[in-house]
Amino acid sequence: MARYDRAITVFSPDGHLFQVEYALEAVRKGNAAVGVRGTDTIVLGVEKKSTVKLQDSRSVRKIVNLDDHIALACAGLKADARVLINKARIECQSHRLTVEDPVTVEYITRYIAGLQQKYTQSGGVRPFGLSTLIVGFDPYTGIPALYQTDPSGTFSAWKANATGRNSNSMREFLEKNYKETSGQETIKLAIRALLEVVESGGKNIEVAVMTKEGLRQLEEAEIDAVVAEIEAEKAAAEAAKKGPAKET
Amino acid sequence: MECVFGMVGKGFALVVADTSAVNSILVHKSNEDKIMVLDSHKLMGASGEAGDRAQFTEYVQKNVSLYQFRNGIPLTTKAAANFMRGELATALRKNPYMVNIVLAGYDKETGPSLYFIDYIATLHKVDKAAFGYGSYFSLAMMDRHYRPDMTVDEAIHLADQCIEEIRSRLVVAPQNFVIKIVDKDGAREHSWRRTTKD
Repeated sequence: MARYDRAITVFSPDGHLFQVEYALEAVRKGNAAVGVRGTDTIVLGVEKKSTVKLQDSRSVRKIVNLDDHIALACAGLKADARVLINKARIECQSHRLTVEDPVTVEYITRYIAGLQQKYTQSGGVRPFGLSTLIVGFDPYTGIPALYQTDPSGTFSAWKANATGRNSNSMREFLEKNYKETSGQETIKLAIRALLEVVESGGKNIEVAVMTKEGLRQLEEAEIDAVVAEIEAEKAAAEAAKKGPAKET
Repeated sequence: MECVFGMVGKGFALVVADTSAVNSILVHKSNEDKIMVLDSHKLMGASGEAGDRAQFTEYVQKNVSLYQFRNGIPLTTKAAANFMRGELATALRKNPYMVNIVLAGYDKETGPSLYFIDYIATLHKVDKAAFGYGSYFSLAMMDRHYRPDMTVDEAIHLADQCIEEIRSRLVVAPQNFVIKIVDKDGAREHSWRRTTKD
């Protein structure tokens, strides 16, 4: 039994934690996920693989509620996600029980990040192979927040971020196109970012919107409508570019 | 001298509780809400040791919420009642909770229901229930006047008769009562019956 106490995550000679970096690789292979913070809305979007025809998609919810005012999306090992989400849900209720107040987004992010870190410094365990995007409204100030955690256990707040497959392209797009938005504009921005890397169509993306009233999963029809709007705008922009050139 | 009682009507369930917080001969406050709203369609009227009451009811409420987040659907009233009974039973032979509970709930499939759960983990599904010294009077009144499928007005009238009986016959009757109701539209406070302002 003593053999299993040896840490799996040990330092390399040049100061790297390879297990953590390999976990980040696992995240990079996971499905794309994006989060955008608006003034009164926060949007989470996740790529959905469309190859599974016989699967009942309702049983695979990729954007979940941690509490009435907090939601989470992740990229990476989904089984690891289940464990973290379960622990986080318990912590949300436990916090309410001991201090009679709901958790702040920062608190629960710090908790999840702390859990992820613990597994990089324990014997016989491997790190969690997922990065999370945590969104919510502060229950006291009503200020929206978006946080990201990763397998190393670091976390930070973002205006908009992406993780998972092709996250670099999505993040570049967001850096170029981000501006303070609200309501429907925030939803459009999130879906535009996802469409950079995902095939077009409502059945390939799952989108959820967090407002002060709570989390709302968008129907496929709603997503299709926004996608159509975005495609129309893109087509119009293309036409405008080509237009002046023809006149000469 | 805590009084908690409840009854089932047509499409709803009612829970009535006194609102006094007492220590020996001192009344701390007379607007203590002892009927906790467990979730959107469940009410839990609790009487007994104040500390145990708060501890146990809050613990149950948070676990009911957790179940809902984990599974995406709320617990049925029956499941919640059995969960509570299980917790009371587990603690009984070590560190018992001195709390008596009347659980009222409304489920879409089965309609309204009422459960009697006492501090030694007795669980009964009933149409009418009562705890405390007040039960001698409220149970007798309900036995005499209760009919299945009463309307809200008829049930409130019966509750008023019970409160009247408690007020006139119990030596140290509580000053104020609160009535809460649960039906298909959810659990909510119905009204108060006050003799003193707090």
